[in-house]
Amino acid sequence: MVFASVCTDLIDTNEVLTRVGSDQDGATLLFLGVVRDHADGRPVSGMRYDAYEEMATPVLLGIAQEAADRTGSDRIAVVHRFGELSIGDVSVAIAVSTPHRAEAYDASRYVIEEIKKRLPVWKKEHYTDGGSEWVAGTVPPGTASQGIS
Amino acid sequence: MTLPVRTLFFAAYRDRLGIAELEVDLWAGATVADLVAELRGRGAPFDILPESPAVAVNHTYAFLDEELAAGDEVAFIPPVAGG
Repeated sequence: MVFASVCTDLIDTNEVLTRVGSDQDGATLLFLGVVRDHADGRPVSGMRYDAYEEMATPVLLGIAQEAADRTGSDRIAVVHRFGELSIGDVSVAIAVSTPHRAEAYDASRYVIEEIKKRLPVWKKEHYTDGGSEWVAGTVPPGTASQGIS
Repeated sequence: MTLPVRTLFFAAYRDRLGIAELEVDLWAGATVADLVAELRGRGAPFDILPESPAVAVNHTYAFLDEELAAGDEVAFIPPVAGG
């Protein structure tokens, strides 16, 4: 059964992993998105993630379900964190298990790419020189929209 | 109130408007585009909203021609950056 959640707590990656895997699966894959210490050459000290929580949860579940439909495996779990994160913190964890490795890589890649396209989550980088900026994002498909003016 | 809707603002929109949410009263038959025009017509700071923003109605992405109903939750969604 696919699992998706959005939370402010530290992501327990082992817990995410234990949600997938079965006797029929020969491959289990864990992807972690991690806060890094730079952006376009500028030193970063931390990151704030904002989420439209009531919408992000169903959107994330929908993405996981689509990945399951594409691969034929429903052993997919994804957790996205929001709030203030430090360098090295896990912002997103995606666990997938499938009978063979190719489908696991495909499903994991699908989930992270769709998150970037349409999960209603935003991040603001805090720089070591003191500034903060919202990271330029992606306009979600199916909305006929434009960016901030 | 004829057609009250609850509007939500996130991230850069929230910062630049200085508010997270706002009740707006519209009229029967009003669409998302009407809501956007109503807000932008108020002038600063609402004129920072794009003419054609991404929006979600009741947690689902919606087009500008979608008709609204009383009590709808309309979220203005700046370009997203999860992951």
